[in-house]
Amino acid sequence: MAPYGQPCTARMNLSGEKDGESMSAPEKPVCDPQYYELLEKLQSLDFVLVELNLYLDTHPDDLQAIQQFNILTQERTQLAEHFQRLYGPLQNFGRAYSKYPWQWSESPWPWQV
Amino acid sequence: MHPQEIAWYPFIGPCDPCPPITCKTYSTPPHLFMQFQPPNMPQFSPREALFHGTLWPALYSPYESKWGKGR
Amino acid sequence: MWVYEKKLQYPVRVSKCDPRMAKYLLEQYGGADGELSAALRYLNQRYTIPDKVIGLLNDIGTEEFAHLEMIATMIYKLTKDATVEQMDAQGLGEYYVAHDHALFYQNAAGVPWTAAYIQAKGDPIADLYEDIAAEEKARATYQWLIDMTDDVDLQDGLKFLREREIIHSLRFREAVEILKDERDNKKIF
Repeated sequence: MAPYGQPCTARMNLSGEKDGESMSAPEKPVCDPQYYELLEKLQSLDFVLVELNLYLDTHPDDLQAIQQFNILTQERTQLAEHFQRLYGPLQNFGRAYSKYPWQWSESPWPWQV
Repeated sequence: MHPQEIAWYPFIGPCDPCPPITCKTYSTPPHLFMQFQPPNMPQFSPREALFHGTLWPALYSPYESKWGKGR
Repeated sequence: MWVYEKKLQYPVRVSKCDPRMAKYLLEQYGGADGELSAALRYLNQRYTIPDKVIGLLNDIGTEEFAHLEMIATMIYKLTKDATVEQMDAQGLGEYYVAHDHALFYQNAAGVPWTAAYIQAKGDPIADLYEDIAAEEKARATYQWLIDMTDDVDLQDGLKFLREREIIHSLRFREAVEILKDERDNKKIF
């Protein structure tokens, strides 16, 4: 896999922007390596939750798996809150707060990063 | 351990125009040998699970591209 | 209802502009065994499947939409800045004249998606066996797609999707076992 945040560096070199401008834009998630780090952590936790969820759909009596699911759900909630404080809402329709102006429609969208 | 891939050797006819591929393979992923997943199977760490596409090493099935390998 | 989550299930990367692979990936976007077919098949079957396995069809169907978004992301990235000459030279000329760079639900050969790809027979065993077959066919398609490219980043995302087909197939086979057993299903192990 390409190192995270590299597309951003490549773009800055191509566009010939003034260094001062492009370097000091950490509020743009795609220019922030931490964005990719946190996103991957969240994707990892959420992936385990998907796996456990499907497993529990056919193994509803596995108490240990339910306990693991509940612990990870708590961990996931905290990480998602942290992520949303930094990079804006993850979910629409009232599952996350917004700053002004309306953050939901701001780029980047998942296929753009 | 069950094999992830099984090889077979197709009949080579005397009039086949392409150079024969003598050995062919097909995938036999681990779920074929598991009727119902037993509880408490060893797990990957969350990051490893994501990059393997499954939480359980026993269900991981590697697949390598045939591109550039002449088959 | 569904709530959208603004992230991919898996970090999708591609390492080059490659309209040729984008064309082949359409097979999993709008093809018979593709992700759209899978999502719609399971979410539609869940209304009439026995209660014990509704949850499974609901959740796998939902995950399939996440996979559809991953395939769309691959196609989008592989063609985003492709010139008309590149699109034409790599087999997307006919596609371009109808759609420009827009995504369209068709298979790699240009056949538009049709509901005839998915079945709902109402017999739970028949439906689950179709689902198992669909997962195995999708797994095979991912293998042939992985075979068609040397882009290791693209291969990585496709390998993830292939593995998911394996897990889904196992879960559907477990669902059949649950429906076969008239007693408490925990004794099956």
